[in-house]
Amino acid sequence: MSDAALKTPVRKPRPKYLNLQALLFEIRLPVTGWISILHRISGALLFVALVWLLWMLDHSLSSEAAFEKIKHYAGLWPVKLALLVLVWAYSHHFCAGIRYLFLDLDKGLEKGTARMTSWIVFGTSFALTAFLGWRLW
Amino acid sequence: MNRVVTGAHYGLRDWLAQRITAVIMAIYSVIAVVVLISSKSITYAVWRDLFAQGWMRVATLLFAVSLAWHAWVGVRDILMDYIKPDGLRLSLQVGTLLVIATYVGWTIQILWR
Repeated sequence: MSDAALKTPVRKPRPKYLNLQALLFEIRLPVTGWISILHRISGALLFVALVWLLWMLDHSLSSEAAFEKIKHYAGLWPVKLALLVLVWAYSHHFCAGIRYLFLDLDKGLEKGTARMTSWIVFGTSFALTAFLGWRLW
Repeated sequence: MNRVVTGAHYGLRDWLAQRITAVIMAIYSVIAVVVLISSKSITYAVWRDLFAQGWMRVATLLFAVSLAWHAWVGVRDILMDYIKPDGLRLSLQVGTLLVIATYVGWTIQILWR
């Protein structure tokens, strides 16, 4: 046995407490973790935005004048940007959700597969956002 | 009967409901996107006629009810994870339920005006 193996390994300071610095700079989530937290954040965002979306649906179906107003409103760039964020949130929640349904069926649980499908979720949701953004405006 | 208020299987119904409603919404979403991108331009007439059809109203209501149930489970999970004081958590959960019920009522009003 070599000398190096006999040496005691470098001990990391334990216990490790969670604080803002640790959360921002020291603890790095694997891609699967990002999919998970973004699934929660996108879901919460969509729930909060629901009142706004319902308000727009309500107006768009109430009369022709209101429909044209909403159409104009949705074309303003800050509104467009906000809607695009919501399209991304929906796309991400949709793709990550399908991934979770497969995980529930014990499919894709191996580390390599789980990471690969996470990247696919990221890629697909961004591609969907770009496609829908392009088609809807 | 001896019932335990915590433990295995009590959350199973919610867990399953969240997944079934997810599938319903996913199917509706795909159909909605196909309908929207296949029509050349969405004018008021196209939009109104789409929502005037019985199947569209029923499908959209099914989507709304699925969303309500799905969002309830999701928001409840978030509140259970982050809001520790019992009283505050209960208040927020009741508030969430009221908001969701209001949204469903509003959706019915929009669809059958």
